[in-house]
Parts: sequence; structure tokens; C-alpha cells
Amino acid sequence: MRTMDPPNITPIDDPVIRSIDPASDAMVVDHLTKTFVRKTLITRKTLQTIHAVEDVSFRIRRNEIFGVLGANGSGKSTLIRMMSTLITPDAGSISIFGYDVHKDEAIVKRLINRVSVEASFFKKLSAMENLLYSSRLYGRSGKSLRRDIVEILSALGISPDRIDAPLEQLSRGMQQKVAIARAFLTSPVMLLLDEPTTGLDPRSKKDVQHFVNRLRDEHDATILLCTHDMDEAEKLCDRIAVIDNGRMIELDTAQNLRTRVGLEIGNPAATLEDVFIHLTGRSIEELEIPAEEIVA
Amino acid sequence: MGTAFDPSPRPNPIGGVGLSRQMQASWAFVERNFFLVRRYWGWEIAFIIYNITTSLSIVYIGKAQQIEGQDLILYLGIGTLVWSYLHAVFTNISEMISWERWEGTIEYTMMAPISRLTHMLGVSLFSILYGLVRSVILFFVLAMFFDINLSNANLVGALTLMLVGSLSFVGVGIMAAVLPLLFTERGEAMTFIISSVLLLVSGVYYPIDVLPGWMQMIGQFSPATYVLEGMRATILEGEATSNLWQFLIPMMIIGLLTIPMGMFVFNTVEKFAKRTGRLKRSG
Repeated sequence: MRTMDPPNITPIDDPVIRSIDPASDAMVVDHLTKTFVRKTLITRKTLQTIHAVEDVSFRIRRNEIFGVLGANGSGKSTLIRMMSTLITPDAGSISIFGYDVHKDEAIVKRLINRVSVEASFFKKLSAMENLLYSSRLYGRSGKSLRRDIVEILSALGISPDRIDAPLEQLSRGMQQKVAIARAFLTSPVMLLLDEPTTGLDPRSKKDVQHFVNRLRDEHDATILLCTHDMDEAEKLCDRIAVIDNGRMIELDTAQNLRTRVGLEIGNPAATLEDVFIHLTGRSIEELEIPAEEIVA
Repeated sequence: MGTAFDPSPRPNPIGGVGLSRQMQASWAFVERNFFLVRRYWGWEIAFIIYNITTSLSIVYIGKAQQIEGQDLILYLGIGTLVWSYLHAVFTNISEMISWERWEGTIEYTMMAPISRLTHMLGVSLFSILYGLVRSVILFFVLAMFFDINLSNANLVGALTLMLVGSLSFVGVGIMAAVLPLLFTERGEAMTFIISSVLLLVSGVYYPIDVLPGWMQMIGQFSPATYVLEGMRATILEGEATSNLWQFLIPMMIIGLLTIPMGMFVFNTVEKFAKRTGRLKRSG
């Protein structure tokens, strides 16, 4: 019977991780702004301007699971990409354990890892080959690495006979579990999860959620979870920021959000979905095209 | 996770222990590309067959046009062998971005805690090893089909020229690799233009003095020109290694200029891509 608990993998002895002050906030986002402008190639005439993130500020405490709840296209992915050093903000700042994401990029990269909605692997390579590659980039090597990979994949419910199969032969749920293993193997102190359970079957979704919870509880990780899944946000997150059209419109615990909005709409049994509809004026299913794709 | 707090000054993520980590990370690219070649073995066989058949066709042209006293077979054989090697080095490096974008892994490689130099070093090292293996296979096939006389050749000198020449191609490859970052859809095709211009002006299959003057001038800036001239001098005329400086010095100068320039261009374009959100595959 599989356990779905994070195994005790060999920790990375890293001066960057040792330099973290345990008393500091895990993340401070201060007046963060990002606008994408699409222009014509020759005349540079502006075709489209998208305010992906507008003046967003919040703090995440160490060891917290912090949720960012928003519809597709609300700015969640841009926000997480800025935290991941992949997009440069136009204004404002993000610091992770006191290190500025822009100025201290090399240090921040050592502290974070990310699991995105797409599994993003070399499709023909196996889980073992993909994980060897990504782990080595984070300074892991030696015999313990292969053993740790087998152990963590087994803990995630991937049987040893699937570990050497090309990832394109694995189900979407299994690929997403390999993505979680990739992040876990690098011992991130801040884990950025961008809709990690979207498109997974209920069993895989439950497995991943359980793993995330244990990761925080037993491995001292701080987790930022972007999601549009209300149940997931309520189950996992200590606090939830609601984001809409690039702006943060509310931040509190799920319980407080439900109580406050419940009073405002006269429904003491208000759900998180009621909260979202009340705050944004629309339901979470109203899909939009993500800003980054429009900019392509 | 789970390590004790060390309130030391700001740590250096690159130096000290970090340096051996960067070397390990460079090796990660070599190992990953080896895994990819092994998994895409069907493609590799197709590429090698294409490489062999086109090379044979060119050398057969030399056989058909053979003139008494001139070793046109060996002249063209050297051209096709050297170009096969340099093209493999250039293509592997210049495709590093477009390949990862196609796979969807580009963001994960770019957010890894490694310097871009480490990244380039790993990709370049694999490209040189890959190019050498392809060239050795091609050499043995050519030797099977043609009566190649190497009794007069200075093979140590030839190998030195190949290795130094490949360094100068690394810089050009790094500069070409930024094109897919700038032009998400057309960038890869633009790298083909660079390699085809190098093929035209570098004297791969003919001496560059048959070209128009302006093309010859461009050819002076191509590292391939010096590799080819040097290789022909060592293999056809048995030129001693100590006399190869006339070829080695221009190649070294080109390498010393293009590698730092390539790194600078890559870092600048990476910043631009991060500002405009172009790292992601679809934009």
C-alpha cells in the first residue's frame, strides 16, 4: 500500500539555504505591477495593452500555504512567473526570505522551485532521466540521487517499472506527480504551485493535495498555491488572496472570507464560490485567455 | 529544508562550493543531451545517413572531375568532413533554445540556479563531442568508399585545428541561439541563414579566391575559412604543427571575441525576453 508521504531524501547542504533568517517573512510582494504591450514590428504602433498584474502587495509567513484564487487570465501565472525570475516586473518588488527576486536572482533561484499546470518535461526521456537532469542543475549528484528519485516516485505512487518509461507514455496525473518530485528533490524553501492539480483525476488530485500538505508540515516548506479550484483553496490554504483582472481584491482566511461575505449577502452558509462571485461579479468558470498568450 | 540557520553575510551562489556545483550542472547538459540522442535514435540514424549520402555525392563529383596531379577527392573529403563537424557544433548550440521551447522545458532550465556560462559550457561540450563522433563515423565511411592516402598527413595538427576551430564556432552558435528568443516563430529558421552563409563564404568545397571580392572579405571573418585552409595544409601538404599559427591565431582571435560577445548578447536578449514575457513557448 502506498503512503503518499514525502520521503526523507538526502538534504542539500547549501550556504544559501543556511543563510535564511527563520524569523523573516517568506515572501514580501510590494506594489507589484506588470503590463504587456503588443506592438507592430516596423512602426512600433501599440496594438494591445494588457495590465496583467496591477499594484499587488501581500506578505507570506514562513511555513504558510498561501492561496491565490482567480479565474484563468486573472494574472496568477504572470504573478508566479515574476516570483520565479522568469518575468521582470515593471514596478514594485518581490523578496523571498529577504532576497530581492530581481537583484539577488541567483540566490533566489536556489530557494524556489515551481510546479506549473503543464508538466513541462522532455517527453521522450524517462522520469529518471528528467529528474537526474533537473536535480543536477540544483547541485545534486552521487549514488544517493538515483535512490532518492526511486524513493520519492514510489512515495508518489509511481511504480518502479514505470520510472524508466518515456514520460509521454505516462498519464497526465503521473506526469504531474513527476513534476512534484522534480520540485521536491531540489529542497525548495519556497514552493510555487501554479494550478498543479488542473486536469487530474479525483484520485490523483487528492494524492497531490495530501503530498503538498505533508511537504509543509514535515519539510518546513512555504507554499504559494495559485488555483481556480475553490475546494482545493479551502482545503489547503491558510490564507487566500482573491485576484481579478490583475488586482488583488481581498485577502483573508477562507473562514473569515465566508463569514464576512455571508453577512453581506445574507447567507450564513456562504461558500467560497459565493465569496468569489460576490467579490468579482462573475463565476470562476468564465474563462479568459491568459495575458502571456495574448502577448505572443 | 531542515538545515540550520547560518547568519553569515550574503552567500555567493556561484563561488566556492558553488564552483564545483556549476561544473556538475554543466555535466547535466552533456548527460541530458546524451539521453536525448539515445531516445531519438531514429532521428540520429536519419541524420547520419543524410550526412553520409550528401558527403559521398560531393566527393564523387571530385572523383568525376579528378585532374592529374591534384587530389580533388581528398580536397572535397576534407571540406565535407570539416563542415559536417562545424555544422554539428553550430547547430547543437544554436538550437538549444528552440529545442527546449519545443519540449516545453525552457522555463525550468532558465530558472535553475546556474550561471548562463555553465549552461553554455555544458551545451558546447556536448556539441563538440557529438560533432567529433559524427565526423569519425563519416571519416570511416569515406575511407571505405575512396582510396584516401594519409601518408603525408599531419593528423595531430589537423585535430588541433578542429578543436581550436570549434571554440570559435561556439561563440557564433551562442549568438545565433538568441534568435528564437527574439523571434519566437521565425528565430530557428534564421539560424539556418547564418550556417548557409558560412558554408558559402568559407571555402568548404572550393578555394575562396573564386568568390567575388566582397564575399572573400566576409569569408575572412568566418572561423571555418581558417579551419579548412589549415586542415588542407596539414592533410594534403603535411604542414608541421609548428607552422599552423597562421591558421590558429585568427581562429583564437575570433573565438576570444565571439565567445564573450555571444555571452553578452545572450544575457542582453534573455533580459529582454524576461521583460516582454517571451521565454514561454507560446510567447
